[in-house]
Amino acid sequence: MNMNVVEASGLGKRYGGTWALRECTLAIPAGHVAALVGPNGAGKTTLLNLAVGLAEPSAGAVTVLGGRPAGSPAALDGIAFVAQDTPLYKNLSVADMLHVTRNLNRRFDQPYAQARLAELGIPLNRRAGKLSGGQQAQLALTLALARRPRLLLLDEPVAMLDPVARHDFMALMLTAAVDDGVSVLLSSHVLTELERVADYLILLSRGRVQVAGEVDDLLASHRVLTGPAAEAGRYAERPVVHVRRGETQAHLLVRADADDPVPPGWEAYPVGLEELALAYLREPGAVALPGPVRGQALPLDTGEPSEVTR
Amino acid sequence: MTTLTVPARPEQDASLRPVPWRRMAWVTWRQHRFALAGVAALLGALAVWLWLEGLHAHHAYAAAANCHPASSGACGTLVGYFLTYVSTAQTIAIVLQAVPALIGAFVGAPVLAREMETGTFRYAWTQGFGRWRWTLAKLVPLAIAVAAAGGAFSVLFSWYYQPFFAQTLSFNAQVPLDAGVFDLRGVAFAAWTLAAFAIGALAGMLIRRVVTALAATLAVYTGLALAAGLYLREHYLTPLLVKNANPPRFAWVISQQWYAKGGQPVSQSALSQVLQQGAPQLAGGKGGIPQDDPTVNQYLAQHGYTLWTTYQPGSRFWPFQWIEGGWLLALSVLLIAATVWLVRRRAA
Repeated sequence: MNMNVVEASGLGKRYGGTWALRECTLAIPAGHVAALVGPNGAGKTTLLNLAVGLAEPSAGAVTVLGGRPAGSPAALDGIAFVAQDTPLYKNLSVADMLHVTRNLNRRFDQPYAQARLAELGIPLNRRAGKLSGGQQAQLALTLALARRPRLLLLDEPVAMLDPVARHDFMALMLTAAVDDGVSVLLSSHVLTELERVADYLILLSRGRVQVAGEVDDLLASHRVLTGPAAEAGRYAERPVVHVRRGETQAHLLVRADADDPVPPGWEAYPVGLEELALAYLREPGAVALPGPVRGQALPLDTGEPSEVTR
Repeated sequence: MTTLTVPARPEQDASLRPVPWRRMAWVTWRQHRFALAGVAALLGALAVWLWLEGLHAHHAYAAAANCHPASSGACGTLVGYFLTYVSTAQTIAIVLQAVPALIGAFVGAPVLAREMETGTFRYAWTQGFGRWRWTLAKLVPLAIAVAAAGGAFSVLFSWYYQPFFAQTLSFNAQVPLDAGVFDLRGVAFAAWTLAAFAIGALAGMLIRRVVTALAATLAVYTGLALAAGLYLREHYLTPLLVKNANPPRFAWVISQQWYAKGGQPVSQSALSQVLQQGAPQLAGGKGGIPQDDPTVNQYLAQHGYTLWTTYQPGSRFWPFQWIEGGWLLALSVLLIAATVWLVRRRAA
């Protein structure tokens, strides 16, 4: 399991004069459901487009599945991509969409696809354009999974879905990830969903990678300290990511693990993924990256953040 | 099932056999069958019209041409009856000029523009088939299909139009090299249809919006067809010169110019003055002299002026067809190659 499903080094993409993504260096190990989080315009879609070869890098390089150049035949053979708004040929029937996808790929698990669609209650003879938004997303995901990919990339897959459809979509994705060992990289700005599904987090902000690492490690290395608001400014024992001040109390998200001493008058709480992500999103200057990040050659086995700056 | 325990080595994957081309044939057919059916319906309807019109016209022509003695009143009536078909034939020829443009716009332009407009290119180009192969596997069969349909149709048109080239009857017949009919016959019609499709495909990739690409295709095609008909075609081979107003039969007259005794060209207004002074009853308006008037020509010839006619002989019909077909084919290949190249390097 030492393969990196996505590796980027110094990756950048410029549209006209503006960098949609810059100096992006990361390595996502196989076997994770990795969440790509960031505000709108942070570069999530750009990173995914680069990883599937729909866009060419302006700087740096990106490979998938252990060194296959993004967009190469070998890369496309092993990945499946569900783009934003799950584009489908609206005038083709569901059965035709299966047929088209089967014809365009070396592998296609027709029985799996048909069984999945039957479970979802999606009729094969209906035109794709006549399906509900949730059903279209499910169909797109089913088509992607029936290709038996080893890496599944999803761009804002649930943004347009109602809560039930969102839940069903994530359930299908998680089943594939757990049962079939598919690595997943999904982008989203819906943080609440991610707590349940993601075990790896990449936080993008203003075109740069801000946080990257396994969720368990990130949660274990951050704590929320609550104490008198007046003393918040004096806290200097551990790097502070984000300060939230109330009337009397202040909440500090700090880089610290469970063994760290808590200052007198303060209380320490474990942090949730959503709270952690929000804190970093509010502090675009703060960074939590694994290891001294220099290039793709470095193994990324610990996921241990080693540096936090304010 | 754990598929990730043994990471695949890239060198193994490099030897992966690509998805066979023939599997794209079904995809292309499935997605473009309605466009192709539209082409078949359009050409089919026009073919029925041509066929019925043609049967009557051929009949009328045969009756008029075989009538003896030709000078009799009965024969004159038959000729007059045949001539009623001429204006329809000219209308048909004008209508058919639009056909390749329509095929290019409605079949060629949407192939990529619709994918870009609806975002489905993100689906299509991330499948295992590979995106430049996908593009080629769509464009080439469709290009061949529309060109073949155009070629078959122009055979019918050639048959239909035959009587109208006949100069045995007393009317001012068209010649096969005339701009209005040259590109509807031989290999030219198929080549123009192919070129229109290729223009449409590239426009679709560049513009990425179906309606705009469609309009651009019509505009570019019209410009190209006009440029070819008005300027290019007469230069395919060096024109011939003849020292009178009457080039041989079936010749395509390109220009006529009067020269003075010394060999220098004489302008229309100068000739007009000559006529005003010598024979005012022959002179036309101020701008120039009456064209194709034997009396005027005779008068000027008697006064030392010489009329040179530049023309392309009718025997050059097939060489011109191959030249036009050749450069249009080359252009189409170039445009399709450019489209595939754009798809290959396009940043999403």
